[in-house]
Amino acid sequence: MRTTRTGTTGRFGIVAAAAVLAIAAVLAIAACGKDQAGSGGAPAKVAAPMDVSLTGAGATFQYPLMSKWSAEYGKANPNVRVNYQSIGSGGGIRQITARTVQFGATDGPMTDAQMAEAKAPILHVPVTLGAVAVAVNLPGVQKSLDLAGPVLADIFLGSIRRWNDPAIAKTNPGVELPDREITVVHRSDGSGTTYIFVDFLSKVSVDWKVKVGVATSVNWPAGLGAKGNEGVAGTVRQTPGAIGYVELTYALQNGISTARVQNPEGEFVAPSVESVTLAAAGASANLPDDLRVSITNAPGSGAYPISGFSWVLVYREQQDCDAAAALARFLWWGVHEGQAFAPALHYAPLAQGVVARCEAKLKSVTCGGKPLL
Amino acid sequence: MGRRSSSSPSDAAFHATLVLAGLGVATVLAGVAWEVLDLAGPAMQKGGLSFLTGTTWDPVAGEFGALPALYGTLLTSAIALLVAVPLGIGSAVFLSEIASSRVAAVAGVLVDLLAAIPSVIYGLWGLFVLAPLLRQHVQPAVQSVLGDVPLFAGPPLGVGYGTAGLLLAIMVIPVVTSVSREVLKAVPDTQREAACALGATPFEVIRGTVFPYARSGLVGAVVLGLGRALGETMAVTMVIGNRYEISASLFAPGYTLAAVIANEFAEAFSPEYLSALGGLAVVLLGSTLVLNAAARLLVRGVRHGGG
Repeated sequence: MRTTRTGTTGRFGIVAAAAVLAIAAVLAIAACGKDQAGSGGAPAKVAAPMDVSLTGAGATFQYPLMSKWSAEYGKANPNVRVNYQSIGSGGGIRQITARTVQFGATDGPMTDAQMAEAKAPILHVPVTLGAVAVAVNLPGVQKSLDLAGPVLADIFLGSIRRWNDPAIAKTNPGVELPDREITVVHRSDGSGTTYIFVDFLSKVSVDWKVKVGVATSVNWPAGLGAKGNEGVAGTVRQTPGAIGYVELTYALQNGISTARVQNPEGEFVAPSVESVTLAAAGASANLPDDLRVSITNAPGSGAYPISGFSWVLVYREQQDCDAAAALARFLWWGVHEGQAFAPALHYAPLAQGVVARCEAKLKSVTCGGKPLL
Repeated sequence: MGRRSSSSPSDAAFHATLVLAGLGVATVLAGVAWEVLDLAGPAMQKGGLSFLTGTTWDPVAGEFGALPALYGTLLTSAIALLVAVPLGIGSAVFLSEIASSRVAAVAGVLVDLLAAIPSVIYGLWGLFVLAPLLRQHVQPAVQSVLGDVPLFAGPPLGVGYGTAGLLLAIMVIPVVTSVSREVLKAVPDTQREAACALGATPFEVIRGTVFPYARSGLVGAVVLGLGRALGETMAVTMVIGNRYEISASLFAPGYTLAAVIANEFAEAFSPEYLSALGGLAVVLLGSTLVLNAAARLLVRGVRHGGG
């Protein structure tokens, strides 16, 4: 008999595999139809030996970038089709563990327990950067607030309860802070955005680290939960006195008023594509070997402190060599040419030092013992 | 007529198809229950009864208790029924007993349309219209009169148990109304005519002859409404505040079983966490079964009493 644990993941795998099969079947049918219509009765093209379909699944955060990459890479390499399912980081980790996809994607690195469960070494390849903006709705205050990390942690711990608290006033001289209750708004769904945010809080506040900890969902000590970035942004916008956190991309696209957060250099930095790239550059000097690293609170002038990598997950030893070669080439393209598409979508491109580390990671991917690149 | 003939092959095929369809439904139910129980197994075994009575939900520490979510589910459903049953049955009585057939036809279509609105639309409306309305006008007004009552304590956030209950009520009303209307329509006219012939007023006709006849059907309508309230996920999660806590105040944010599962399933990062979410599903399934069974017993009791 199987143990309960492997039993659960096994069944999960079956369900996931069935879902993938169903999606693949739909795509195949759609592709056939398109091909026959397009090439005037030459359906043999579909069966060409070089055609490769790569399936990935994971973080919703990467989805817009992956879609763009898939389209752009497909233009240059029409034989490679990349399907990315944005099912969330946890789902991505589960699917790569069950080997139902060729690559997974996540905003929070896999834990040691998760790595052990995968039974074969999985590589973390950073493909872009995520950052979290602190959204504030404070009627009567026009200027964007300056918040120190520990103060932000105390607000989300519920120990600072009013906007005119001396701790907030200290970093905002000249701003008339209203005597209003603070309403904390956090994500109710598990999210990589939450991971980056609480990772930052636990680095700047011992209280947070001890009482709450770091994960994609935590036991929030205060406030309201709202679903998705749009839910948090909507609740903050409607509730006077609210503070919440949203993905940088979302904040920039929707013009949400955000706070400036203090970095280790003592500067108050506004969230932007540039300040996030600076954070990655600051952290790239001492990245660990497996690149499973948090870069929140990174050193460096102008670095925005609430940033983190978003990774693609691949097995180091691949099984299907044709697909594996295509996958390696696609990811190689992604960390080089693909980065050019990032800023237009409000993603921060990887810093040079990080790209070099990605190259080394991708070169270590093998199939049948042979390197693929 | 009447006798089942198995001589004709088409009859046999028809018979087999129906048996298959019936078994299929039972198999799906059994399969769902089995999967959910299996998923929940480790969490239920580890926590035992404390999984049901625990009030902490801490994925980081691996500590899981279902009580706040169960409380939220029962409280919001109760609020929903409290509001929806009088309104729903009242409007059904109006449509079947009092309104002219033309008005009834138009209103009937409107009620059915209300039932067909997707729940995410109700949720958006709840978040962007109902919640601000309650926060700016209703909650401060209630608190200025009854501010010291724990039931209405806390800052007016607009979202919370009360808002979720009201939104659920709006979603449940069309269900209760349209089922009750059909039940009332099925009451034979001879009942009403007999009562009228005895000189009963319209109120007496409805109370004395229509209601007793339709009682079990009306309870059925309420049970269907309850089912919708218990299982509703999307709309509730948008307006309940998603706070894992038990509060006496209707203005306080809370959580429901279905909302926790929907919010956290995709990102559950450990087998224990996933299993705990399965445990919530078992609690939800269990409470639905218990409430349904209770309602059925109630109907039976009513039948004996009213018969």
